[in-house]
Formats: sequence, C-alpha cells, structure tokens
Amino acid sequence: MKRSILVVDDEPNIVLSIEFLLKQAGFDVRVARDGDAALAAVKERMPDLILLDVMMPGRNGYDVCQTIRAQPGGKGTKIIMLTARSRDIEQEKGLAMGADEYVTKPFSTRELVERVKRLLGSAAA
Amino acid sequence: MLPAWLILGAAFGYLCLLFAIAYWGDKRADAGRSVVASPYIYALSIAVYCTAWTFYGSVGRAASSGIDFLPIYLGPTLVAILWWQLMRKILRISKSNRITSIADFIASRYGKSQLLGGLVTVIAVIVITPYIALQLKGVSASYQVLSYYPEIVMPSDQRGDSILQDTALYVAALMAAFAMLYGTRHIDATERHDGMVAAIAFESIVKLVAFLVVGGFVTWWMFDGLEDIFTQASMRADIAPLFTSVGSTGYGGWVTLTLLSMAAILFLPRQFQVLVVENVNERHLDKAVWLFPLYLLLINIFVLPLALAGLLVFERGTVDPDTFVLTLPMLDRDPFIALFAFIGGLSAATGMVIVETIALSTMVCNDLVMPILLRLRWLRLTERGDLTRLLINIRRASIVFILFLGYLYFHFIGGSYALVTIGLLSFAAVAQFAPAIIGGIYWRRGTRSGALIGLSLGFVIWVYTLLVPSFVRSGWLPADLLEQGPWGVELLNPYALFGLAGFDPLSHALFWSMVFNIGGYVLVSLVTRQSPTERVQATRFVEAYQPAGGSERGNQWRGQASYRDLYALAVRFIGKVRADRAFEEYAAGRGLNLAKLQVADASMLQFTERVLAGAIGAASARVMVASAVQGENVGLNEVMAILDEASQVIEYSRQLETKSLELEQASAELRAANLRLKELDRLKDDFMATVTHELRTPLTSIRSFSEILHDNPEIASAQRTEFLGIITKESERLTRLINQVLDLAKIEAGQFDWQIDAVEPKAVIEDAVAAVSQLFKDKEVALGAELPLSLPAVTADRDQLMQVVMNLLSNAVKFSPPKTGRVTISAAATAGGVEVRVRDNGPGVLPEHREMIFEKFRQVGDTLTDKPEGSGLGLPISKRIIEHFHGHIWVESTPGQGATFAFIVPTAPARAVMDAAK
Repeated sequence: MKRSILVVDDEPNIVLSIEFLLKQAGFDVRVARDGDAALAAVKERMPDLILLDVMMPGRNGYDVCQTIRAQPGGKGTKIIMLTARSRDIEQEKGLAMGADEYVTKPFSTRELVERVKRLLGSAAA
Repeated sequence: MLPAWLILGAAFGYLCLLFAIAYWGDKRADAGRSVVASPYIYALSIAVYCTAWTFYGSVGRAASSGIDFLPIYLGPTLVAILWWQLMRKILRISKSNRITSIADFIASRYGKSQLLGGLVTVIAVIVITPYIALQLKGVSASYQVLSYYPEIVMPSDQRGDSILQDTALYVAALMAAFAMLYGTRHIDATERHDGMVAAIAFESIVKLVAFLVVGGFVTWWMFDGLEDIFTQASMRADIAPLFTSVGSTGYGGWVTLTLLSMAAILFLPRQFQVLVVENVNERHLDKAVWLFPLYLLLINIFVLPLALAGLLVFERGTVDPDTFVLTLPMLDRDPFIALFAFIGGLSAATGMVIVETIALSTMVCNDLVMPILLRLRWLRLTERGDLTRLLINIRRASIVFILFLGYLYFHFIGGSYALVTIGLLSFAAVAQFAPAIIGGIYWRRGTRSGALIGLSLGFVIWVYTLLVPSFVRSGWLPADLLEQGPWGVELLNPYALFGLAGFDPLSHALFWSMVFNIGGYVLVSLVTRQSPTERVQATRFVEAYQPAGGSERGNQWRGQASYRDLYALAVRFIGKVRADRAFEEYAAGRGLNLAKLQVADASMLQFTERVLAGAIGAASARVMVASAVQGENVGLNEVMAILDEASQVIEYSRQLETKSLELEQASAELRAANLRLKELDRLKDDFMATVTHELRTPLTSIRSFSEILHDNPEIASAQRTEFLGIITKESERLTRLINQVLDLAKIEAGQFDWQIDAVEPKAVIEDAVAAVSQLFKDKEVALGAELPLSLPAVTADRDQLMQVVMNLLSNAVKFSPPKTGRVTISAAATAGGVEVRVRDNGPGVLPEHREMIFEKFRQVGDTLTDKPEGSGLGLPISKRIIEHFHGHIWVESTPGQGATFAFIVPTAPARAVMDAAK
C-alpha cells in the first residue's frame, strides 16, 4: 500500500513542485493551501507523513503541528517542517512543537525526497 | 574776696573725695561687697543726665523764656514710664549679647556691622565733644565769677589767658586721670565700674543738695518764701509773663523738646552707659522708674524761683541769668553758699564728663580703632595672643584724646553761639539713633542697609539744618545762607528746607531729619535682604524675651555632662576612629584617664563642641552638645542658627534635586533612545528575516523546478513549458523584490534619483490600471475606474507616482476575494491637490493596524510566523514616495467591509502646468 503524504504550503508553485517530486517517487500525495485545510485533510485521513510550511496566513505551521500531535493517532504520523527562515530558534521551536525534521527553503529536491523516504522507512521498521 | 587757693583747694579737695569714693567702691567690689548693687545708687547714677548746662542753664533759660526749661525734664519723666517696656528689653538684649556701648548695640543688631558701629561712633564723637567743651566752659566760667567775690563781674572769654593758666585745663586733666583710673580698670567693657558709679551717684547727691541749698537760701533767707518771690514777680510787667504763659517756642517747641529729651535720656552715650552697661540688676529698673523722675522734680523745684529772684534783684542786663545760681548767694555776701553752688556745678560737669568720656572711649576703641587695626595685616594683631594691654591703652588714649579735643573746642571757640546751643543740638543728633534702635528691637525686618541709610540721611539733615546755621550764627559762614538759602535757592534754606517754614529751627530740623531717617530706614529695609547673621541677630534682639533667648549665657558651658554621652555623640558624627583619637589626645594633654572619667567638665564640653563643629557646623554643634548637658536648654538663638544652616542645606539639596532631576530626564531620554535603538535593532532583524523569507520563497520554486527539469529530461513538453513559466515568474518576483528593497534603502538614505516635474495624474492612473489589469483578470476581480474628465497637474516623479498607484491596486486585488472581489479607483481635485482613492471589498484593516501597515515589514498580526501578504514593502515605499511629494497617504476602513487606501498629492504651480501641457 502506498504511503500517504500531506503537503501543506500557501505558495502554489512550491506545492506544485513537491507534489510532482513525491508522486514521482511513488507516494500517495494530498495537498492543502493553509492550516485549516491541512487539519481538515488530517481529520479525514491521517497521513503517514506531513510536509508542513511554517509561515502561512491564518493558522501557522507550528499551530497545525501542535494540534495534530494532540489528536488521537496524531503522534504516529511523521512531520517535516518547511521554513524559509534558517535561524536556529525557529528550528528548535519546530522540534519542540513535535516536528520530526526541519527543512530550510530553498531545499535540494533530491535530499527532500531522501529524507521523506528515510523517515517513512524507519517508521516502517 | 575769696582767695583763689580756697576755691581751687575746695575744687581739688572735692575731686580728691571723688577719687577716694571711687577707690573705695572698687575695693568693695573686689571684696565682693558691691556698694552699687542698689536701685537707689542706680537711680542716682542715671541723674548724670543733669549736667552743668542744666545746673546753671535751667535757671538761665527760665529767666529768658519762663517754663520753657521744663520739657528737658518732662521728656525723661515721661520716658521713665516706658522704661518698664523699652529699657527692660534693651537691658535684656544688652546683657545676653554682652553689649558695651550704644554703637555696639546698633552694630550688633544689624549683623555685627563694623561700618554701622563706626558711623554711630563718629556721629557720637562729633556731637558729644562740644558738649564736653560746654561742661568745661561751665566750670571755667563759674570759677571766674566766684573768683571776683564779692564783686559780681561777668566772665570774659578766655582767649587772653595762656592755656597753662586756665583752670579748665587742670579740671580736664584731673577728669581724664579719673576716667583712666576708674573707667578702664578691666578690659571687659561689659564689666561694671563700681568705683566710677559710686562716684557718679555721690556727685548726683552733691549737685542736688547744692541746688536745693541755694534754692532754699534764696527763697527763705533772701526772700520771704516762694509766695514772696512770685508776688513780687507778678507785680513786674517784664517778669510776670514768664510764669503765666508758654515760653517763646510755643507748644510745637514744647513737643519737640520733650521728644528730644526723651531720646536723649535713652540714647546719649553716657545715659546708655549708666542705664545699661552699669546696670547690676534688671529689677533695679522698677525703682528707678519713679526715683529718677523724683530726682528731676526735686532739682527743678527752685529753678523758677531762682530765675525770678535773679531778675528781681539784678538790674536787667548786668548779670547773665546763667550765673544766677552762683551770683545770688554772692549778692548776699555768703561765700560758703556760693562755694557750695560752685561745687554743685563742678560735680554736675565732672559727672557728665567722666561718664561720657568712658562711654565714648569704649566706642572709639571697640568700634573704630580696633576694627581698623585688625584690618592692618602688617600689625599681625590677629596672631598676637594677648591684646588686653593694647586695648586698655587704646581706651586710655581715647579718653585723653576726647577730653583734649573737648578742651581745645572750649578754649578756641568757647564763647560762640555754636557751643552754647550744642546741648540741644546733641540731643537732636542722638535722636537720630532712635529709629535704628527702636526699630531694631521691635521690627524684625529692619536691615543693616536700612539702618545705615536712615542714620546717614538723618545725620546729614541734622548737620545741614542745625549745625550749619549755628556756624552761621557764630559768624563762620555768610549770614545770607539763612536768609536766601545757598546760592539763593530758597528751597534749600537750612531753616525752611523744601519750603517748610513756620517751625522753630529745632522742630524744623527734627521733622526733616526724622522724615529722612525713618523713611530711609523703613524703605531701604523693605527692599533689601538680611544676611544670615543679620537674621539671627534680628531674632535675638526682637525676641529677647523668649525663653533662653535672653538668658545670660555667653559661650561658656555651665552644666555638666557624662563623658560617655559626649563620646557617644562624637562617635555619631565623626566616627569611632576619629572620636577615639580626638579624646585620647585631649586626655593625654591634660593627664586624664579616660577609662575612669565619668563627668565631663566645661572645658571638655567646649572641646567636644569644637570637634563637632568641624563636622556639623558651629550652631548645630552647640545644640548637639547642649542636648547632652544637663540643665542646658536649647535656646531660640541656637535653633535659629540651625534653621539658618538648615536653610543653606535645603538650598544646596534643592540644587542637587534640580541636578538629579536633569540627570533623571537625561537618563529617561537615554532609556527612550535605547528602547528606540533596541526596537530599531529588532525591526532590522525582522526586516532581514522577512527579506530573507521573501527572497527564499521564489528562490525555492526556481530551484525546485530547475532540479525537476534537470533530473527529468523525459518530462512532457507541456509540463516543461509550465515549469519554465513558473521559473520565469518567480525570477521576476525576485527581481521586483530586490528592486523594492534597494529603492527603499535609497529613499531612506536620501539618494533616490527623483525626477520631479508637473505630472498629469489622470494619465498616470490610466497607465497603472493598464499595467495591473492582468492581476485582476487572473484573480477574476473586477476593477472599475471613476475618473473626472480632467485633473490638475501635480508635482511628482511620474514613474514613482505610477508605482504607488500600482502598489495600491495590487494590494487591493491581493486582499479581494477571488471572483466576487471588486476594486474601484477614483480621483478628484481638492483644495491644493489631487486625491486618489482605491477601494476594495476585502477583509479591511483593523483601526489599530492603520498606522502600522505603512511601516516596513510590519505585517498585521505582528508575529512573523504569520504569512505576510506580499513583500510587505509596497505600502512603506508608497508612503515615503507620497511624503516626498509633500503629500499624504492613509487608509480608511470598516473591518469586514473592505478598505480604501487614499493619498493626496499637491497640485503643481501654474507655470509648471503650462510646461507639462506642452
């Protein structure tokens, strides 16, 4: 069964590129344009992994991360935060909120896919 | 004929008796059994007021103008009632301040002013020296008259005689010797001269008895009693008016004379000496209040009978009425009564001269010579330990000097009018001291400057209205001065100053001198400020009756304290180390054992006070030590002095407060600046973070799609085109952002290359609408334009103005809901400008955000984790552009119902519009 991934970002072009890459890698990919859409998608079906942008209008990435972790079954899913800010404090904050990994924009597409695979692989093991 | 040896022998014998009495008085005082500690002696000594001038002159005055002689005695009698109040206060003040003379009193009241003391002394010497000469003249004249006995020959002027044959010289020399012997025994001028006072009291008895004996002899021996004299006199048409009407001076003159003698009995230097300095006990005043007027009554009883008798028995004009006291007994061939009368006159003269000289010498020494000597640094007086010898010698020299001056005065101008009138003139002069003294003890505001000015003005007026005319009358100045005034200026006539005529000269002089004296004193006092010393002294004087304020405490400690208390006190103010060292040194110097010491003596108290004074100031030190001493109360003076120090401290701390307030302000400004800097620093960080974010976002897309295209060469052509389109768009976005950041930096740094000109706003708006129309189409937002047919030209940079309109339009489309969104741009001419409005139907802007959105990267929501809409630089750049055009940009919004961004730019001047139209 395909591992499912939810991509959350308000930048359509970034979503488009990640969606293309992950589908190409054989994942089941859903997208959300903001935090509320993300939570709705999670409620509908908990994905195996979420790629979550930090800075979004309305509900931001940290908030979404925290909310998901608080949900039943929300601890099992992997979360990778995406941010355009590289400051350490952002990274720590993200991890503190329950994210598994932290990726800074602009990222290497190959590395991003590798990370996703590695995380899901270890989860599978 | 009375042989000269008999008269001289009697006079010499009398003076020797005086020396003996004084010697005895001093001996008794040294033995601690003072003879003068009695109210009767005190009252008798006050009678030094009655001089030879009054002894002989009263009868003379009565013979010429009837009861005119009385005011001279009425004044003192009236003022004696006031002693209860006034004199008691002066006594209190003088005792507690150790006052030595009237000059000292005035100087002390006005801040211990040496200038004032010197002025009073100079005035006193000028005024009193001729008065002394008058006494010598009395002695000399009476001697001459008596020496012709039994013939009655009027004395001639002395000028023919050589000085050495002059009786008056020897009398003066003897009096100088007496004054030196009994007036300067002790250096402390506040100490009483018991011998001198005893002698003066004796003299008062002698002159009273002599006068009464002569009066009784004439009345009951030569005549048949008072009734006989008055009956005979009333039958003589030339004599009767003397005792039936007020004298020649009229009632005004009476009032003047009464006032003058009131001042004289209080403020003549000799009266101050016997009343105040020689006073033993304040309570003696109670008896003197009625004893002294009684004495005056007794000595005046026979004045009128003697005058009338003289006028009755002597042919008019042959005998000077001033000699009636002497010549009446001579007429009856009674040498011993005449001799007694002479001795009476002598005693009146010598009493006055002795006391006056002692009083003046104290003033000359303490208030004139010593202040000058102490100022002459080369004398190094301040370094000499013991000045007592010097002081006593100065006083003795002053006595000789004053008496010799008096003698010269008498010898050379003895017969002049100036000398004869000097008695009343000197009364008028000492009256000038009254405002400064009476004001000084009842009016706290009186200042040193006020006293100086008042006294000087009063004295100058006195010189001009009394002394100058007396010189004129003596023939030393041209007579027309009194008739036409100086240089013919009638207003300056010394007898009718400023046109004030109709008064007798004395009243006139008293009026003007007092107007200027009191006026000057009060007015200058009101406009000048007292120095701290003056304030303290003023309080000491005015509040002399307050507890402790008038106590007899000098600087000596009388009580005792425990050494422990003193030590604790010292430790409190100077610390243990210094206190230990100070007391150990003190103990070592005196062989004391501190460990066993319990009670501290006066010297130790003083030592402690001195040690403390170094730390807390003299006045405070005194109070602090007093607090440790049993039986010492903190006096008002000390409290005043503390307040004075405290007020200086308050002033100092007020300055400090001002300084610290300034510092506080400065530090508040610094704090604010620091906050602002921190805020700017945070904004800069945020700016950098946001710029970074804004750069990374398109960069992310560009990199991602570039790698996708690179890694997937087999990708479908349509998709490849799409991805390449995204890369291009995101690159443009990146470029735009970089340009905006650079523009903003340039504008802020003032380096932007503005192309300011007259610009047609309508064309700019139309171009901008065309430029952004694609955005609207993409989002399916409707864009409407409501523009008038024409708009006035504005002063602006065309490209930047267009940029602003584009920014507002793209902002509007960004916030408008897709499909249902509607944006309207409108423009209209207003007063002095063109207003452009861009209205959307988006979410609107909250009131608290309406200012903030124009700051760079200040996105609504403020936490930077919120996604900003756009670069966040559009509005800040627009604001700076519009402000550069001297316009104004703002937002109007009802949240939930859209927002309207608007700006006004000023219209261009007419000529510029013409240029633009070409």
